[in-house]
Amino acid sequence: MERHILVVFPHPDDESFGVSGTLALYAEQGVPITYACLTLGEMGRNMGIPPFANRETLPSIRKKELEDACRVIGIGDLRLLGFRDKTVEFEDEELLADRIHAIIAETNPSLIITFYPGYSVHPDHDACGAAVIRAVERIPSEKRPVVHCVAFAKNCEKEIGKPDIVRNVSAVIDKKIAAIKAHRSQTEGLMKAAAKYGGDAIARFKTERFWIYTW
Amino acid sequence: MQPIRIEEVQKALNRFANQDVYLHLETTNGAYASHHNEGFFAAGAYIRNGRIRFSRAKIAGNGPYRVGLKLDLGWVYAEGLTDWEVTDKGQLLLAGHDYEGKLAVALQLSDEPF
Ligand SMILES: [Zn+2]
Repeated sequence: MERHILVVFPHPDDESFGVSGTLALYAEQGVPITYACLTLGEMGRNMGIPPFANRETLPSIRKKELEDACRVIGIGDLRLLGFRDKTVEFEDEELLADRIHAIIAETNPSLIITFYPGYSVHPDHDACGAAVIRAVERIPSEKRPVVHCVAFAKNCEKEIGKPDIVRNVSAVIDKKIAAIKAHRSQTEGLMKAAAKYGGDAIARFKTERFWIYTW
Repeated sequence: MQPIRIEEVQKALNRFANQDVYLHLETTNGAYASHHNEGFFAAGAYIRNGRIRFSRAKIAGNGPYRVGLKLDLGWVYAEGLTDWEVTDKGQLLLAGHDYEGKLAVALQLSDEPF
């Protein structure tokens, strides 16, 4: 059993699509979860269908959606780090690592979940993963928490191999779908399309894949 | 203009930090994009001679490149940058040219108004 899980992603909804099944399973076992979300997804292009958000209202709408998703998943401790969408890669790398390291020191997690740097498509994802790795590297190797990374670049299996963990989250699929739907401004269109095509679209949510980061 | 060399562009960006500078930032898919491709939704924007001050600048990516300038209260961002030049007036010109060589994005900095 894990002592405490720290999740670090840059965008509200990263947690729901990628890892909410895994987190819901841990939460049901009573494992405390802290989620450090670097931005509010301020630069998202989806504004709802029909649009109910605009460039200026989107951050507060996404913040509320994120809080709802965390409640569904069982994330009890949400930290909003206040960086800005699409700018994480331009920030001072040491500053980012400082912020994440401080949360690691405070929460003392046995497991950290983030994106695999270099294999996570969006520059914010890669920069987020790299900052987490940099923060963990400051900890002496024998004391480091385990780091599970999400990767989904087209070339990832070719370069970093098959995922080390393939977890079936069917038992909590309702929670996962509800978490994704909580991000309504971003996911309503997608989820309607998924419902229409049925089968495969939902089936792929039932598996979550992780690569264990090794130094 | 020449293909971007990331270390040199980073140095050129750094020279403009922590002082008032003039910005030209532009993105365009061309005036005929929707004409040539009816399904294509054309959009673009530009700002000319916006006076800004940034504390930090970074160029990132493997080409095309992205640039972010950190302002006191916000950001300047451009992606799709491919080429660069420093003019004889010391202005830094960054541009992104598409696969047909057409301008798609421009980010330029100058000590004096353009
Ligand atoms: Zn994301």
